[in-house]
Amino acid sequence: MNLPLETADLVVVGAGPAGLCASLEAVRAGVHTVLLDENSRAGGQLFKQVHRFFGSRHHGAGKRGFVIADQLAGECRQAGVEVRLSSTVLGFFQGGELMVDAPGGVYLVRPRAVVIATGASERCVAFPGWTLPGVMGAGAAQTLVNVYGVLPGRRVLMAGSGNVGLIVSYQLLQAGAEVVGIIDIADRVGGYEVHLERVAREGVPVYLNHRILAAEGTGSVESVLVGDAGGGKAYRFEVDCLCLALGLSPLVELAAMRGCRMVYREELGGFLPWHDAWMRTDRPGVFVAGDAAGIEEASVAMEEGRMAGITAAEELGLLSGGRAGAKRKAVQRRLEGLRGGPYGTGKLAAKVSIHGD
Amino acid sequence: MNLRVGRHAVLGEMEAGRPVTIYVDGEPVPAREGEPVAAALYAVGIRTTRYSPRSGEPRGPFCMIGRCTECAMTVDGVPNVRTCLTAVRDGMEVETPGRKKP
Ligand SMILES: Cc1cc2nc3c(=O)[nH]c(=O)nc-3n(C[C@H](O)[C@H](O)[C@H](O)COP(=O)(O)OP(=O)(O)OC[C@H]3O[C@@H](n4cnc5c(N)ncnc54)[C@H](O)[C@@H]3O)c2cc1C
Ligand code: FES
Repeated sequence: MNLPLETADLVVVGAGPAGLCASLEAVRAGVHTVLLDENSRAGGQLFKQVHRFFGSRHHGAGKRGFVIADQLAGECRQAGVEVRLSSTVLGFFQGGELMVDAPGGVYLVRPRAVVIATGASERCVAFPGWTLPGVMGAGAAQTLVNVYGVLPGRRVLMAGSGNVGLIVSYQLLQAGAEVVGIIDIADRVGGYEVHLERVAREGVPVYLNHRILAAEGTGSVESVLVGDAGGGKAYRFEVDCLCLALGLSPLVELAAMRGCRMVYREELGGFLPWHDAWMRTDRPGVFVAGDAAGIEEASVAMEEGRMAGITAAEELGLLSGGRAGAKRKAVQRRLEGLRGGPYGTGKLAAKVSIHGD
Repeated sequence: MNLRVGRHAVLGEMEAGRPVTIYVDGEPVPAREGEPVAAALYAVGIRTTRYSPRSGEPRGPFCMIGRCTECAMTVDGVPNVRTCLTAVRDGMEVETPGRKKP
């Protein structure tokens, strides 16, 4: 098979906040940058978000996610990033080529540097009935309702009380669905207080120490059987949709394929490519940023993307060591600010522990 | 069944593409130009996108981002098309794999 082969200075895989910011830093330094994303719209997780973002003003806090996404994507195009959408990267070979499935056909590209900013995938658990139509990831429900304006169901049970579970529950309420409850196997709510308060004000009950026993129905979900963790009581919720918000794991297939060394950190979502504070993996010219480098937040993803873009530009000879160093220092300072809060410190410790591995 | 969100508390009136018609196992289904097939089906309450070849059980969209392949259907004669990533087109013919012919 003879596939067309292109070259580029830098290819960034994933046009979420991490990939967009990496591309911006690189292109502003003069790097010919190609940004690939399999979606038909840039923004990654951001364009599904209709809530106002937390974080600092610098990172668009107070703005709705899809607004931030459109702004960043606009800046990228204006600065000269070659944005290619509907382009799935299928492989990243040991020789350094990426295989891309694009509307015009499959092609190879061999860049001098690559930033992997592929984000995360939703975790899943198996239980009787988990394959029934109407059981879906919370991200799927969010995509349906916020991007396409279609309700995943009229009566929804949410499994998982982390930020994603809380926010998607609230977004379903906003769109007119009924959320009958949020269950979690843990003994405390995983997400932020602000997000919990919003759903609590709408009267959505949270059942801690509870787990899914089964999803039931013929043809699609009609009810969900839930039991308390002690194995005592069981309850049946009449619902037509069960959403699973059980956490995210870094999407690391491409890094693994390229031979990047992996490390495991529970706090950051599981396996992720080893990387240093400049977002370099152990493979020369291969960088990682954002949720793909450990699950954190969009604002952190943006700064990690900048760090990767700056370092890539330096390695490609388009930024002097001094200028790159000064830029990195500014990014580092912002990252420390972002990870300073009560939720960030655990993640920061996990991040720092990787560098020494 | 209509599961479309008319007016959204935050987004206001949801932007909708031009109305088109697709055919699912021969039956006409209204859709909006630009939306993925899987979303158009969900909007009218069709949640089964295929039947497991082994167990015959129904399966439906699970991730809506092209990862799980539960939404793979036959589109205009092409098998295994992920309908969560495939935009509808007026007159498109969609078939549910593994469905027993009535
Ligand atoms: C419900 C919810 C609410 C959130 N709220 C907040 C908040 O208020 N504040 C905050 O800071 N953060 C929030 N976050 C987290 C934030 O959205 C993520 O941390 C952030 O989007 C991660 O950015 P990223 O660029 O690493 O990945 P993503 O945004 O996931 O982008 C990755 C991109 O890579 C693409 N991709 C993946 N694999 C390939 C491939 N092989 N080929 C081509 N393209 C590929 C994907 O299509 C995607 O577009 C929220 C997340 C969720 C789910
Ligand atoms: S719903 Fe998962 S691939 Fe389409």
